[in-house]
Formats: sequence, C-alpha cells, structure tokens
Amino acid sequence: MPAIKSLEELKRVREEALQKKQMKAVAGNVQVIVAMGTCGIAAGARDTMKSVLNFIETNNLSGVSVTQTGCMGMCEQEPILQVVIGENSKVTYGKVNAEVAAQIMKQHVQNGTPVKDYVLPI
Amino acid sequence: MREISLHLLDIAENSVAAQSRNICIEIHEDHKNDLLTVRVTDDGRGMSEETAKQVLDPFYTTRTTRKVGLGIPLLKLAAEMAEGGLSLVTESGKGTKVEAHFRNSHIDRMPLGDVAVTFLTLLISYPHIHWVFDYRITDHNGESYEYNFDDTELKVELGDMPMTEPDILKFVRSMFEEGIEALVRQTVI
Repeated sequence: MPAIKSLEELKRVREEALQKKQMKAVAGNVQVIVAMGTCGIAAGARDTMKSVLNFIETNNLSGVSVTQTGCMGMCEQEPILQVVIGENSKVTYGKVNAEVAAQIMKQHVQNGTPVKDYVLPI
Repeated sequence: MREISLHLLDIAENSVAAQSRNICIEIHEDHKNDLLTVRVTDDGRGMSEETAKQVLDPFYTTRTTRKVGLGIPLLKLAAEMAEGGLSLVTESGKGTKVEAHFRNSHIDRMPLGDVAVTFLTLLISYPHIHWVFDYRITDHNGESYEYNFDDTELKVELGDMPMTEPDILKFVRSMFEEGIEALVRQTVI
C-alpha cells in the first residue's frame, strides 16, 4: 500500500495552500503549544491537540504553528496549553480538555481575547 | 494511560527529548501467535548501562520540573498486566530501542487506541525529525498486511510549507486515517 495517498494530489493541495496563505497573511505569528509530558498525555493532551488541529482544519485557519513542550512542573493543571500571538506575552491555560481547547482557539487565537477562566496565574 | 497508542506517543517524546534525528515506531498485531508488539527505535543520545537500569524505576527522571519519571515504568506495568513485558536496548551516543509486548487476547491488554492521532501529533509537532511509522497485522493464517509511512517524500514535496496549514493538515490527517482504516479492513481476523 502506498504510504502517501497520491503525490499528485499533495502537489495540488500544496499549491492551493500556498495561494491561500499568501492571501491571508496573519497579523503576527500565532503559536499554540501543547504540553505533552507523561502527565499531560495521561491527562488527555492528545485529545487537546486533536481538538486544536481539528479547529484549524474546519475553520480554515492559516498561519498558526502548533508545537509541543514537556512537563512544566504543574502536572495537576494538565492538560496545559499555551498561546503566543505576535509580540504579546505567552498565555498559559490549565485543564484544557478538547472543548476548552476549541473555545481558546475561537476566542483567543482567532479573535484575540484570552479565555480568562482557564488562564493560569504564572 | 488508557491506550497503548498514548504510551507510544509518550515513549516517542523521550526519543525527541534525547535529540534523535530519526525515530521509528512499529506496531505488530500478530494474531497467529497471539502477540502484540510495539517498538520505538531512535538514534538519540542513548543511555549508559547504569542509566538504563534506572529508567525502569519511577523515581528516576532526567527532567528537573518534577522528581518522578513514569513513562517507561507505566508501559512496563501495562505490558506485564497482559502477560507481556518490556525490554530496553540502548547504547550511549547511539540510540535507544524500547519494546513492549502483550498477549494480544489478554483481558487486561489495553486497547491500541487511536494510532492515527498519535502519528499525526508527532509528525506535526516535530517536523525536523525523520519519522517512520510501521503498522503490521498478521492474521490467524500467518498472512501479513502492512501500513508503512516514511515522511521523506511528503517533506520533499511540501518544502517549507508548514503542515499546520489547513489544507495540508487535512491531507496528512486523512492520509493516516485512511491508510490505517484500509489496513484494518483488509485483515480478516
């Protein structure tokens, strides 16, 4: 079975994505970071990640980079998610399940307003 | 952890932390021999013999943010609960191989879970690493079927286009989902 569905299809998808990306130069870089230490994963960080990726896909959100970090020593607050928009300082959220992640993506990443109820005081 | 695929994600994170450039994840569901084997192989910094003994102890960790390291002990426990075990082969400066096996039909064997999301998460989060994913199923008659993914071609084609662009993300996600679905579908167990 070929590992990649079709390289032709990928070429086409890439061209389209390139055009859309140019049209939609986001104001500042947006970075979403999911903590994926053992504690994070055990608390459901993979579902959080899945929800973030799902939001990007279904809302056609261009210019967001998604990365990971390890355990931050606040295991009781996992899953932890961080958002950095442009030059603004990093906002750290705790207890971010899939639902909360979608809320953060909509309210903070897309519209620029942090979701106060889940922000960790650090 | 509720799924073996979550353990795989966790063990692969260790490989990333060990500065690996190449990481391979293998899953082999062998129904003929009633055996489920999972393996994570990396070319990271590896461990000395002494450290290798210590990682099986939950109170050993290289991190500084907390004092316990549960990743490998948790996987070992999960394997032992299903009449299996864990083996660790490592050499300082060369890399590490972590392998766990389970009796596949054991009532306490954790489900494999969402393998596609584990693969997707790793590929997207660490684009600088060369990933190889291999999922093989052997049926009762000893016939093997395989889903093998090596990210080289994909990355050459993508160039500097990030995988988190929505169209690319959709492509990569459905590539894993469809590939694994097709593998499971073609294997009659």
